[in-house]
Amino acid sequence: MDLIADHISHCFGALEVLDDVSFTVRAGEVVAIVGPSGCGKSTLLSILGGLLQSSAGQAELRGAPPAGSLNPLTFVFQDFALLPWSTVEANVEFPLLHTPLSAAECRAQVDDALRRTGLTDFRATYPKQLSGGMRQRVGIARALAVRPAILLMDEPLSALDSQTRELLMEDFIRLLADGAMGAVYVTHNLEEAVRLADRIVVLSRRPGRVREVVTMPMTRSERGSAEWRGKLLAVQNDLWSLIRNEAIDAEREVQDA
Amino acid sequence: MLDRAPQRAKDDVSAETRPVAFRGAGFVPGASRFGGWIALAVVIALWQLAGTARLVNPLFLPTPLAICRAIYQLAMSGALWQHLGYSLMRIGIGWLLGTAFGIAVGFAIGLSTLARSVGITFISALFPIPKIALLPLLILWLGIGEEPKIATIALGVFFSTAISVYSGVDAVPRNLIRMAQSFNVPFAAIVRRVIWPGALPSILAGFRITASVALLLVVSAEMIGAEYGIGAFVLQAGNLMQTDQLLAGVVILSLFGLAIGKLIGLLETRLLHWR
Repeated sequence: MDLIADHISHCFGALEVLDDVSFTVRAGEVVAIVGPSGCGKSTLLSILGGLLQSSAGQAELRGAPPAGSLNPLTFVFQDFALLPWSTVEANVEFPLLHTPLSAAECRAQVDDALRRTGLTDFRATYPKQLSGGMRQRVGIARALAVRPAILLMDEPLSALDSQTRELLMEDFIRLLADGAMGAVYVTHNLEEAVRLADRIVVLSRRPGRVREVVTMPMTRSERGSAEWRGKLLAVQNDLWSLIRNEAIDAEREVQDA
Repeated sequence: MLDRAPQRAKDDVSAETRPVAFRGAGFVPGASRFGGWIALAVVIALWQLAGTARLVNPLFLPTPLAICRAIYQLAMSGALWQHLGYSLMRIGIGWLLGTAFGIAVGFAIGLSTLARSVGITFISALFPIPKIALLPLLILWLGIGEEPKIATIALGVFFSTAISVYSGVDAVPRNLIRMAQSFNVPFAAIVRRVIWPGALPSILAGFRITASVALLLVVSAEMIGAEYGIGAFVLQAGNLMQTDQLLAGVVILSLFGLAIGKLIGLLETRLLHWR
């Protein structure tokens, strides 16, 4: 199943946030969206996931979702969005309660998602008892439980410390390795983008327009090897040079506001 | 290669050292478990001593022992249970009615644009009215029986409940609602599984307020027009200068308020254990 951004524009009142953004996320592909602060990355993701109606253009799906997918477009949120009154298990089970699955099937999918994210021993724990990294693992387990075709990840690591970010990045790489699931990964962190994405959509300063789409010159499995590290850094530097001046302007704009 | 220099507690400098002054004290008030009870016991003991030593006129301030004796006599005669029974009945029915309507209207205001625009205007206009001022009007409308007293309590409880409920609904983190929507969770299930538990802390905090409002209104209403009830009893005792009986009624009201507070505290512990 492909996800298409078809000439999407969006305004909040008089404030123009996105302008004619178009690109396609092919089945199993990981597309990162980067750009300076305030360029509309998260707004674009909300539109792609159907949580916000665009002012013009639209998000479209092409092809059937994979068999057994209960929620083809599934979000992983920056602030985890866990129900604080529910245990880890109940949080993961939450989206399944409103599907046609039987209780036994629900339990099996929850168990599988908890196992894949290393949370089996924490199923009876409440979110407040968990570290930030573990809470985001619960968010990922909840997303995996509905067998998504495309994960919509809105800066999923930005609220975490650098060590936890590294550990979760390894988890993302592992989960997305087989290409069964695609992802749209919104981030301001260029290192995360070059490590995870197949293609990187660079947005301009507000109103966000597609400035460039960078295709990564190596597979994700190759990126861990020493010989490719230099190349990876070069791509990251190229991306930074693309957005640096606009990032400075955006920062000044925020400070002036 | 990491340079691991040996750690030393202090440099070998001969200059005199002094500790950094601690500046972080205060602003963290703690609650002693027995402090309050000890203070209460001391006040009661001093009060008793002052009464026994005839430092205060027992007509104006009877001793704690005299009040206890009055409560015992009231309990033994059955008058206490009769008055308490009427008050409890009025509070119970009035509070339940006010709470049920308050929760329904509060949720409607929290979830519907139409209900919000209409409801907030009405609540803002009617909430500041002292509800006891409506009792004469309610007597005209509903007669002189139990109905106007119960309606006064229900009205007082309704407004506070509605406000605490829609404030609680407003305070539910929007990201949780968006999360549920992103999983195609139906509206009713979002209300039941996300908004209700998310608003519960505010609703239970509202219960504390409405319990006090109900107690205040039942006493006021019973003082205005009732034969039985703690409020009526306190007023009668005051008219007859039976200050030990009057204070016995006040102590019973205080104990009743404490019991309700404790009950709501237990509810909070049970329902909000996740906080």
